[in-house]
Amino acid sequence: MNPIAIQTQSLTRDFKTVRAVDDLTLDVPAGKVFGSLGPTGSGKTTTIRLLLGLLEPTQGQAKVLGFDTRSEAARIRAQCGALLEHNGLYERLSAETNLEFYGRIWHIPSTERKNRIQELLTHLDLWERRKEITGNWSRGMKQKLAFARTLLHKPALVFLDEPTAGLDPLAAASLREDLSAMAKREGVTIFLTTHNLAEAEKLCDQVGVIRQGKLVAVGSPETLRGQGSIPRVRITGRNFSDRLLASLRSRSEVKDVGLDAGILTVELKQDGSLTPLVNLMVQEGAEIEEVNRMKASLEDVFLTLMEEEK
Amino acid sequence: MITDIFTIVWKEIHEMLFQRGRFRGGWVGMLFFIAVFGIFMPLQSGRSWVESPLSLVYWSWIPFLLGSSIVADTIAGERERHTLETLLASRLSDRAILFGKIAAAITYGWGLTLVSILLGLATINLVFGKGELILYPLDIGAGILILSFLVATLAAGLGVLVSLRATSVRQAQQSFSIAFFVLFIPIFLVPVLPDEWKIRAIEILSRVNLRMVPVALAGLLILIDCLLIWIATARFKRAQLILD
Repeated sequence: MNPIAIQTQSLTRDFKTVRAVDDLTLDVPAGKVFGSLGPTGSGKTTTIRLLLGLLEPTQGQAKVLGFDTRSEAARIRAQCGALLEHNGLYERLSAETNLEFYGRIWHIPSTERKNRIQELLTHLDLWERRKEITGNWSRGMKQKLAFARTLLHKPALVFLDEPTAGLDPLAAASLREDLSAMAKREGVTIFLTTHNLAEAEKLCDQVGVIRQGKLVAVGSPETLRGQGSIPRVRITGRNFSDRLLASLRSRSEVKDVGLDAGILTVELKQDGSLTPLVNLMVQEGAEIEEVNRMKASLEDVFLTLMEEEK
Repeated sequence: MITDIFTIVWKEIHEMLFQRGRFRGGWVGMLFFIAVFGIFMPLQSGRSWVESPLSLVYWSWIPFLLGSSIVADTIAGERERHTLETLLASRLSDRAILFGKIAAAITYGWGLTLVSILLGLATINLVFGKGELILYPLDIGAGILILSFLVATLAAGLGVLVSLRATSVRQAQQSFSIAFFVLFIPIFLVPVLPDEWKIRAIEILSRVNLRMVPVALAGLLILIDCLLIWIATARFKRAQLILD
């Protein structure tokens, strides 16, 4: 198996005067869940279309599962599954017939097809409702069915374009759990686009942050949080006097100090050390109960990266 | 590719039968048509339903009317219902999708026509046969089969072609109606032609061997069908379909 599922080199796509994907160079390792994180209109959907060979790049190149997207697009599509912007379900047909159709498209033999449909629908709690017309289903159920369709032929790589968009929080959480469980069970590589930070944090092994078609950061959620980490300390205790606050503010390593509901927050400069500050506070008569270094969330990192644009 | 074409036809027929999301919805329309052309009309017309050369004319155009009712929905309908991109992202080739759509429209239009013809024959024989087997004369029967197939293909090719670029089913249906109208412009122009042209045309037609008309028509239809399918194949561009 190729250790790299997706490899792009300066991938660029223009639509008249708009550059939707800008010089994207990226490696997605096989067997991982990769999240393409960016606001609406940042080029995430176009990237998926390019990777599936549905659109041709203006410049650059991409290889998916070792196949070139320009010359071997059909081979890529044969080995991938895709849940795109719209779920693509035939709403006049039953859930079972929808899967039956795509099973036939992928030439899955009849018995195997039936077993696979039962297996997937059972895992997603849809088996009992397989005969129902999908047009009458909730969005969450439709998304689950569409996800089952993408896995039907056991693809090596699955593209999911904002799979939980438009779902209520409960349905989104349920789908996320199913995505996570099924991805592990099937051992499939997932390329997922989202603007939902919690989703990226929960599901993805690696995240690429995209801004205006450009990849501005890439790494595991943990690494990204570390890169964007704001050296901030939360101190719980008593006797945080005005004099103490003034002393802290006068220190060169301190950027800002705030006191709210008895909790002192100290924002340090990048190279600021905490120990002398704790000593100072004790000397000034503060009774310290707890000191916590605050970690940046993926949201902090994302917002910082998006802020750089302005 | 043949298997893929059959897969598309399988899906299209399922969707036609389940129109409006109900099994009954698709079947009622079809059974009504079959009942009218397979039972009611033959009972009204008697033996002439089979023996008259006019049967060649109406059976040739029925597949067009049937096909036109569903063919505009094929690609424009997929686009409108947001199923097209997922289909294009599958392993199916462009030609399998296109020919599958055309084949589905032909299956529906020509298939219903054949069922109605057979039922009509059964009705005529049961009611008017009196022990004698009534069949279409060989040349008319062959003409019906060939012309109805070619006309069903004409409807399918034309419908898929207009459906390729239409953003909605309604727009596809409107474009199809215009295309249908354009086909009949020569007939509408007849009354306004100068009298000497009409006389000249009648003189030419009176010299024509009427038995050759269906043959010439079949030749013309083959030419138009091939042209339409060729244009549709050339215009079926995956990237363009997605961006449309």
